[in-house]
Amino acid sequence: MSNGTALCRMLSTSGILGYGFPEASLDLGMTRGVHMLGVDGGSTDPGPHYLGSGKTLNSHRAMRRDLRLMLRAARRHGVPMVIGTCGGAGGTRIWPPPPTSCGRWPPRTGSDFRMATIEAEQDVASLKRAHADGRMARLPGGPAPDPAALDRSARVVAMMGPEPIAAALDGGAEVVLAGRSSDPAPWAAMAMRAGLPPAPAWYAGKMLECGATPAVPKGHDCLVVEVGPDGVTLEPAAPERRCTPSSVANHSLHENPSPCIHIEPGGILDTTECRFDAISDRAVRVSGMTWSPQPYTVKLEGAELAGYRAISVCGTRDPLLIATLDDFLARVRDAVATKAAALGVEPDGYRLIIRRYGVDGVMGASEPRRDARPHEVGFVIEVVAPDQDSADAVLALARVTMLHTDFPGRLCREGNMAFPYSPSDVACGPVYRFSVFQTMTVDDPLAPFPIHYEDV
Amino acid sequence: MAAIRDIAKVCKSKNAGPFELTIDVVFETRAQYDAVAATGVLGPELIARLYNVAPADVLFTPYPAGLAFKATIPRAIPAGDLGDTDVYGCQQHAPLLDVDIPVNRWPTD
Repeated sequence: MSNGTALCRMLSTSGILGYGFPEASLDLGMTRGVHMLGVDGGSTDPGPHYLGSGKTLNSHRAMRRDLRLMLRAARRHGVPMVIGTCGGAGGTRIWPPPPTSCGRWPPRTGSDFRMATIEAEQDVASLKRAHADGRMARLPGGPAPDPAALDRSARVVAMMGPEPIAAALDGGAEVVLAGRSSDPAPWAAMAMRAGLPPAPAWYAGKMLECGATPAVPKGHDCLVVEVGPDGVTLEPAAPERRCTPSSVANHSLHENPSPCIHIEPGGILDTTECRFDAISDRAVRVSGMTWSPQPYTVKLEGAELAGYRAISVCGTRDPLLIATLDDFLARVRDAVATKAAALGVEPDGYRLIIRRYGVDGVMGASEPRRDARPHEVGFVIEVVAPDQDSADAVLALARVTMLHTDFPGRLCREGNMAFPYSPSDVACGPVYRFSVFQTMTVDDPLAPFPIHYEDV
Repeated sequence: MAAIRDIAKVCKSKNAGPFELTIDVVFETRAQYDAVAATGVLGPELIARLYNVAPADVLFTPYPAGLAFKATIPRAIPAGDLGDTDVYGCQQHAPLLDVDIPVNRWPTD
């Protein structure tokens, strides 16, 4: 450390709360003089359903297990615990997990502490005022900012930077449950509060947000990062894992549009000039990152209801059908349209999607090998309609039409499809889609994120 | 000639947010990275052709520190929207595997 003595050591338990981690790794990692531990609670990565519905990706049972061990470690070592993006998508009413399914929250640890919860769910009226004030901006690939999309959304969250988390820690919180947060924010907040510059603080957060992912072999496990004034040092907690210059450098590729330019609330982390030096066979020091402050923006994420879904899974092993698959499916679609109209569901009243695993189920229209014809093909028949009853009804028609539609040369006259399940049809419930994905300029990084304290 | 599937250390795809897909090809050594870079095959035009997007929509970043090439493209369908086939975007790398890189002598050290 050339220009200061401040150090901050932080531990992350895994990529997402509820993924699990070895208890021994946590115990071992905490003996390194860790100043804070945390975990990221989620993101948009699993799709729009969790933001829209308020349900969690991981089970409450798995989240409760991780929280119990983490809280015990934090209390035993007298260090703060911070969870970002609680509940999976970070909406306010999503967490803490409901007591009925989760047992007592917080779990009993035998010691009292102060807990802060930070809201990230946004009031649509205030967002519309910000829109009218010209504070919204489009993000690459995302929709143009639109007040109507705000109105349609089931839920809109703003992504907080480190400031609200730092404020909660300043307010005496020893446990911070933050709503939607920039993934690195919990750790960047702790390191900057320790007096460290933003560049290594943010870089540390970028590494910690995925647990031991920057190490090899990969696995859901704990990572310890030490932040100094000039850089960071990464070392996984479990002795069987190690960080190498290549494993750490390559983590900058993960889920980022650019490996070098990382746009965060209030600035840009630039890792173009980073150096990666092995300081042991398990630890890597990274230096050379820079931070340029920018006008303060927060990302907004919203999800809207897109309908209700029903699905059925089946497969064919008939080479005669597979040889005429496109024609067969076109006939199925036509027959379903006729039958659905007889039930009062017009063609524009539902969407029928037939996924063809073995042909183009994974890549869809982007599949370059369009002529491949395997010996068997799996199907997911999917219907999305404005209500569950219509989705269920049209799906039932589609399922039986797939089973019994004739095709030229057909020998399998008892049925075209093998169904693995009885019942064959599954009502999936509401379907959400991303409706808002944009940035909002704010004057005060704390303003959109109210902090509540509770002594427990 | 050598196919990427035979010479790359990593070839992967993933969401970069719900509206973009990012694709990475990583090599084992600096010599290998340099040999691939020198061919000029891995670039925005190749990605645009393989994924049916406009070259101007490809953010292509050579990343020598990670011995990697990164390309980020818009998703045809946002993650989890109706008709999406890959919510995490992690199985869209395959078209790159068969791309031939015209290197005469592959650096193996």
